[in-house]
Amino acid sequence: MNRRIVSNTIFYLILIISAAFFLLPIYLMIITGVKSFDAVDLKTMWALPMSLHIDNFVAAYQQLAPNLGNSLVMVIPEAILSALLGSLNGYLLAKWKFPHSDLLFTLILFGMFIPYQSILIPLVKFMQFIRLYGGIPGLVLVHVIYGIPITTLIFRNYYASISTEILEAGRTDGASLLGLYRHIILPLSAPSFAVVIIWQFTQAWNEFLFALILTNQSNWPVTVALNNLAGSQLVRWNVLMAATLLAALPTLLVYLFLGRYFMRGLMAGALKG
Amino acid sequence: MFKRFKLRARPLIIAIVLLVVGGAGIFFFTRSGIDVKGSNLTSIGLLISGLVCYSSIPVIVTMFESETALSLSLLFPSLVAIAIFVYGFIMWSVRVSFSAWKGLIPDFTWVGFKQYYDLFHNDPRFMIDLRNTLIFTVGFILGCLIIGLGLSILLDQRLKGENIFRGIFLLPMAISFIASGVVWSWLMNPATGDRITGLNLIFQTLGLNSLISLWHTSPQPWGMFFTIIPAVWQYAGYTMALYMGGIRSIPDDLREAARVDGASEFQIYRYIIFPLLQPVTLSAVIILGHMSLKIFDLIVALGRGDIRLDVPGTYMWTTTFSANKYAQGAAIGVLMLVSVAVLVVPYLVRSMRSETQL
Repeated sequence: MNRRIVSNTIFYLILIISAAFFLLPIYLMIITGVKSFDAVDLKTMWALPMSLHIDNFVAAYQQLAPNLGNSLVMVIPEAILSALLGSLNGYLLAKWKFPHSDLLFTLILFGMFIPYQSILIPLVKFMQFIRLYGGIPGLVLVHVIYGIPITTLIFRNYYASISTEILEAGRTDGASLLGLYRHIILPLSAPSFAVVIIWQFTQAWNEFLFALILTNQSNWPVTVALNNLAGSQLVRWNVLMAATLLAALPTLLVYLFLGRYFMRGLMAGALKG
Repeated sequence: MFKRFKLRARPLIIAIVLLVVGGAGIFFFTRSGIDVKGSNLTSIGLLISGLVCYSSIPVIVTMFESETALSLSLLFPSLVAIAIFVYGFIMWSVRVSFSAWKGLIPDFTWVGFKQYYDLFHNDPRFMIDLRNTLIFTVGFILGCLIIGLGLSILLDQRLKGENIFRGIFLLPMAISFIASGVVWSWLMNPATGDRITGLNLIFQTLGLNSLISLWHTSPQPWGMFFTIIPAVWQYAGYTMALYMGGIRSIPDDLREAARVDGASEFQIYRYIIFPLLQPVTLSAVIILGHMSLKIFDLIVALGRGDIRLDVPGTYMWTTTFSANKYAQGAAIGVLMLVSVAVLVVPYLVRSMRSETQL
């Protein structure tokens, strides 16, 4: 038994040191954010604050408010549209297979691995041509389209686990393809919708490349604005830390409160071994 | 394919209504545009009208009682979107990479493989990119696999507080590369002397002066090694979760049987668990590898244009959109695609085959 205690102590020690490493940046963001302007000093960067202040967050919010708004306006329709499209595609590819539907699915899936640099020039030219370049609607469209592979994958895997017998029973009762979808599949889909909406929300909120290339300054989502802030010499680093926390807050909250669904999206993105 | 056809009133009426509504939309949007808060929404309007028009087709197809046709007709819009935005754009990029396009005006003069040749023969910056990608990819994959596997084994010991630790290790996954890059560039602040701060300050306080480092601003190629730290910070927890999934799927009976046979805990891992985790390692390598080959955000946030930390993703971006060297940018993009495809396509093909056999 003694050996067990020794080994457990060692395990805990390693786990705690690792946890400290993982929490270090978050600790820094939080303590810097809540210090007063006077208490901010590179020398005492790691010290706990003497008193709580929100000056930094106020200053950061003033800088980022429009961009937080832009991100929100972009992400909500994006997540909902992606989920609807993914649900329909996933249902068809899981339950209504036709010759070569697996090939089609694989071809769709490939789209989630491509480096977007390889389609960037045509994308920009195309978005300019259809006059959706620079604004948020165009960014929503792009996120929805490049989200088709992952959302289809998540829904398809989920629907594949629903027994075909339920559908067969529905069919003998005379329900059609869309009838089965509406009356049997859709009511069972709530957990998958949660997974996909949360996944797409997080992805689009954190996405940088499309946001950087496809929007003009007034429509910048928060990642682009934060990156710009970080490059500016005029912003003090304490405000920058608070800004980073603000920019990361929505997805962090989603993770903290809806972590179960977030995890399932994460694991769905991992291919089966 | 269409053995039976039954004309029915309801689908016919719905189809006609959809056609009329969609057609009216198209008519309206082609004549007058709409503008909401400075964004031109004419194309979105046209797209929605087009989709409304199109949806009459699945409705008509229902009358043919062919499920294949119905399924295909419902998938069609997504297929078209992927065909254009993925495959069409890739071919377009390939064509641009064979051109001499430099400057704002498109120039499709055919120059063959010149852009590729120049990248590999007369471009020191691209050589830096290749070296950096190699360093980053190998370090990132190894770092994530080792830390991820280690943490998953620790959390497999049924210790109290397992869920809390797992939650902490996965937390960075919720944060964007930009945010973590911004924070990490403060943690890895290279300033010394009076302005010493970040991790260096911790090392100085602890008396570990030998650990004080210039971090990612170290001379080439060492600086690149430090960009791996934030990347591993973000994805080690994910790798851990992959391994934990693998470990949990190993039946307990197997371990029990080994214990009964007198195997030590170490031997159980060495001879039973590790071999069974090989498929997990393979998929982790593919997922992490394809991410590191296209790394972009993190380098932008950490490097801020530092050429010593350049990677193909950032080179493509600056050469195309700052220097207007479109043909060169396209060639870099295509090379990135090829490197990712080499990694991913065999895997996709294999999973498709095993899928089809079921």
